Amino acid sequence: MSKIIKAENVSFSYEGDTPEERVEVLKNISFEIEEGSFTAILGRNGSGKSTLAKLLCMINLPDSGRLEVDGIEVTREDVTEDEIYEARRDVGMVFQNPDNQIVATIVEDDVAFGPENLGIPSEEIRKRVDGALEAVGMSEYARHSASRLSGGQKQRVAIAGALAMKRKCIIFDESTAMLDPLGRKEVMKNILRLNKEDGITVLLITHYMNEASLADRVIVIDNGGIIMDGRPSEVFSEVDKMWEAGLDVPQTTELLQRLRDAGLDVPKDIFDPAECAAVIKAALADRGCAI
Amino acid sequence: MNFDVAFGQYCEGDSILHRLDPRAKIIMSLLYIVDVFLAKNVFAFALLTSFTVAMAVLSRIKPRILLRGLKPVIFIMIFTGVINVFWYRGAEGAKPLVDWWIFTIYPAGILNAVLIVLRVVLLIAGTSLILTYTTTPLALTDGLERLLSPLAKIKVPVHEFSLMMTIALRFIPTLIEETGKIMDAQKARGASFSEGSLVKRAKALIPVLVPLFASSFRRADELAVAMECRCYRGGKGRTRMNVLKATFKDFAGVIVIILLGVSLVLLNKYTDAFALGF
Amino acid sequence: MNLNTEKCAAEFRGVSFTYNKGIAYEKKAVRSVSLKIYGGCVTGLIGSTGSGKSTLIKMLNGLVKPDEGEVIVDGTNIWDKKVKIRDVRFKVGLVMQYPEYQLFDETVSEDIAFGPKNMGISGDELKRRVAEAAKFSGLDPDLLEKSPFDISGGQKRRAALAGVIAMTPSLLVLDEPAAGLDPAGRREILGRIKNYQRESGNSVVIVSHSMEDVAKYCDRLAVMNKGEIVLYDETDRVFSHGEELRDMGLDVPEITKVAEELARLGVDVGNDVYTVKYAAERLIEKYGLGK
Repeated sequence: MSKIIKAENVSFSYEGDTPEERVEVLKNISFEIEEGSFTAILGRNGSGKSTLAKLLCMINLPDSGRLEVDGIEVTREDVTEDEIYEARRDVGMVFQNPDNQIVATIVEDDVAFGPENLGIPSEEIRKRVDGALEAVGMSEYARHSASRLSGGQKQRVAIAGALAMKRKCIIFDESTAMLDPLGRKEVMKNILRLNKEDGITVLLITHYMNEASLADRVIVIDNGGIIMDGRPSEVFSEVDKMWEAGLDVPQTTELLQRLRDAGLDVPKDIFDPAECAAVIKAALADRGCAI
Repeated sequence: MNFDVAFGQYCEGDSILHRLDPRAKIIMSLLYIVDVFLAKNVFAFALLTSFTVAMAVLSRIKPRILLRGLKPVIFIMIFTGVINVFWYRGAEGAKPLVDWWIFTIYPAGILNAVLIVLRVVLLIAGTSLILTYTTTPLALTDGLERLLSPLAKIKVPVHEFSLMMTIALRFIPTLIEETGKIMDAQKARGASFSEGSLVKRAKALIPVLVPLFASSFRRADELAVAMECRCYRGGKGRTRMNVLKATFKDFAGVIVIILLGVSLVLLNKYTDAFALGF
Repeated sequence: MNLNTEKCAAEFRGVSFTYNKGIAYEKKAVRSVSLKIYGGCVTGLIGSTGSGKSTLIKMLNGLVKPDEGEVIVDGTNIWDKKVKIRDVRFKVGLVMQYPEYQLFDETVSEDIAFGPKNMGISGDELKRRVAEAAKFSGLDPDLLEKSPFDISGGQKRRAALAGVIAMTPSLLVLDEPAAGLDPAGRREILGRIKNYQRESGNSVVIVSHSMEDVAKYCDRLAVMNKGEIVLYDETDRVFSHGEELRDMGLDVPEITKVAEELARLGVDVGNDVYTVKYAAERLIEKYGLGK
């Protein structure tokens, strides 16, 4: 598998008015993202995860370190604007506030905005827009006014916008934070589909632990650095460390932890309620408890 | 909030008027305005009125909605009507219809007033039929951008201007909704927007305007980042999904309006009927 | 549970409200709702988007006037001719969604003082109230003299909350107070609200989409569906209606799902499980774990 993103010792600071006001947000971060993978990025507010997302979309460039996106080293001294533009074609972003990323009034015109910027021929754009809207289940809303859609629908339009650009990688920067449970489910379903079926690399920044538990890999950022990196089961089993980082663990993990502390021999890494119940029953039976 | 529906007055539909190229419609409505001012005598007005009514029928827009569009100008209509009734005397030596105290009304005055008011009605009904009722605001800015695109050669930022219009239209409903929310939030803290002197009321708006501005800047900032992420870098090298293609019907539409103008001039010249005095 | 069901903080008597009455897009948001909000507890209001929750809470402080029915606060009908609606707003403090976007004044403390000043409070009393409200909401005292536009998102949220608490309302109503916060931020703000309720003895209503949060912080729950109150009871009893809640597009906490699955497998932990702590305690006690 090739790596779509390679970051080596990447640092980034926001300039203040004075040198003292300079805030170092990311400190020597190194990681690689495999093409086609699904990675969740967790971290408390202000931990630097949104800044990281902006670096990966090349809205900002790192102050130091090396960053390679889809084979293009965007931190090279002599990198040209065209090269960065080229790299940016492959990495899309869906933002937190659904309202602030929709440019056009009509749904299909908005989906077309990206491909239009790429200078793609009209008939091809039409095909891509129709396909993308179909993929996120929004075809019947193509001619609707975007402002009348629900939050979840707006985010699906934003996803369609990324699909129509044939992005290889899509970063979701707390895209479900402002949605209700139903909207969140809609968007998560679409994210999983485009990762599993279309092979699109997904980076999901979220505060919802049950969303992160669906990923192949979880990276936890705190205070500008990576503090945990592994499979969801590995990361969530460190309940105390997660709490210290201002985060949470799925309720199933917490229950299993409490039972383990009480001496019941149950695994750490179960996220599905039915599975969780099954392992508890099995462990109780092993102990010889009458059920 | 159904502002986006009310705004720009666009009425959904699929009539021939809806389907015309926005560029053709912009040209048509300009020519139509000229036509309206070309009509001078009763016959010309009759033709113009029939033409406009025919358009209204074609557009399948409810007469009620059309009449609603005239509401804002009712005052102007009454005002010009009344002025004409009293001031216009028509031919020298005409007999007044009413002559009482300082009021003298001539038959010509009434006719003149009717035609002048009709002119205002046709002007508004006709242009909104061709343009605002049957064209989405987006198609309008799009059409305008392309009509004006030659100006880009002399460094007029036509694309940027049109994009600004598009974004403004897109965000009007969002900002209206936001204003409502902020007003509610401040009312919940005891703010009052309907009490006290004018100065006091203006001051009461500060807690609404400051957050509204702050939020607009934040939105603008986020939108700029989102646009950059979507590979926007100005109008250069951009293509369009919907290419405007002028077809036969669009040329035909423009020609029909020109022919209408020619007919009006001919009617003015070769028919003998009451004509506008000025 | 020591509920003061005698004391009634507010009451709806057969209230209805229809948006855009008589024109297109008419929408019946609230249908003859009758509900007593009890004193001295935290009441949760849940329901899917569009169920009428927001309209209902806006009726409590007179932002929305019901087409039919009465709203009673402190024993009086708030739409009685003798009642000034502004006075009702000081009794029922409403914290809207994302309240940080309503901050406007030059300093945080002046912004918090906006409500009390509108009540006609000044001088030392005003200072005392601002300080107390800031303390309740957990606002860092160093930030009081800063511009509300220069502080972090979490602190802004607290400042906005303080701005309503400073009016010392007898009923505090919050629409999604934890929306968009990270897990630690959620715990913090909801804990503060719960604590405020305990210490002040006032009543609190929380509107939320998070079943886990309402399960943890609310004593009673009202469930809204299609403009009507369909369930209103103590929290554990509401969550024993799992099937009905799901039919309304709502959910139960993850831990309740585990308990349901356990019951299906013959491990009975009771149908009133809605927090992890309680579930673990029940299992440990029932099967003699931890010994």
